[in-house]
Amino acid sequence: MSVKIEHRDKVMTAYLEGEIDHHSARSIREQIDDEAQQSKPQTLLLDFGRVSFMDSSGIGLVMGRFRLMSELGGSLKVVNTPPHIAKVMRLAGMERLNVLEKENGR
Amino acid sequence: MKPVNEMKLVIPSRSANESYARVAVAAFAAQLDPTIEEINDIKTAVSEAVTNCIVHAYRDKIGTIFLTVKLFEEGKISIKIRDSGCGIENVEQAMEPLFTTAGEERAGLGFAVMESFMDKLTVRSKPGKGTTVSMEKRLKARPLRV
Ligand SMILES: Nc1ncnc2c1ncn2[C@@H]1O[C@H](COP(=O)(O)OP(=O)(O)OP(=O)(O)O)[C@@H](O)[C@H]1O
Ligand SMILES: [Mg+2]
Repeated sequence: MSVKIEHRDKVMTAYLEGEIDHHSARSIREQIDDEAQQSKPQTLLLDFGRVSFMDSSGIGLVMGRFRLMSELGGSLKVVNTPPHIAKVMRLAGMERLNVLEKENGR
Repeated sequence: MKPVNEMKLVIPSRSANESYARVAVAAFAAQLDPTIEEINDIKTAVSEAVTNCIVHAYRDKIGTIFLTVKLFEEGKISIKIRDSGCGIENVEQAMEPLFTTAGEERAGLGFAVMESFMDKLTVRSKPGKGTTVSMEKRLKARPLRV
């Protein structure tokens, strides 16, 4: 599992790659939170384009970052979710948080 | 009914084994020629149950996790995941979506995922003794290649 972080204007994008489970979630969380606390972005984009597996630990990861961004006065967006990951997100009712990108979540 | 094939896996409750357990079960289930979606469903459900053993059952220690996987004719798979950890006081409450006894970073959705991605989920638990999670899924009709 790896995370690559990019900043553009006030948007911080975290490109996630690999498998998200309880084992890998901690280091992802720490990397994202460290960066976000420092740069205080207006928007945090979590890009799931290269995530090959995710269980409910990934839902915890998204909800935790949602809370963090609320505390920082910014917002969170989840983009490029592959079909199986979108299925887990839907089951978790993530639509209600209004963080999912509209078009390609099948 | 007698299974056509069976495998057992015994692992210590180290979080590095989460991915090994789900991949091992998926590789065994491949004999049923599942679709990609079915394989992903099985991997996710196994990951939930194994993670629960690591995070909850054996919270402050390393214990043993026992997995038994059976394949049946007509493409049915049954998966049993057992621990001898702390057990669950109130199983019905634990299975409610969003219920969690762990902190902020847990969604409380593990059982909801198992329930929705598999066809059948049974949880038996005794406080102080341990927990057994049994799951079944019937894959779309394909001939068994065992
Ligand atoms: N094997 C187990 N041993 C002891 N307690 C368990 C076990 N499995 C689940 N539980 C209890 O049931 C609760 C609900 O489990 P569930 O998997 O649905 O959510 P979670 O693990 O808390 O969060 P998530 O799975 O979304 O990360 C847990 O918080 C825990 O209290
Ligand atoms: Mg869980």
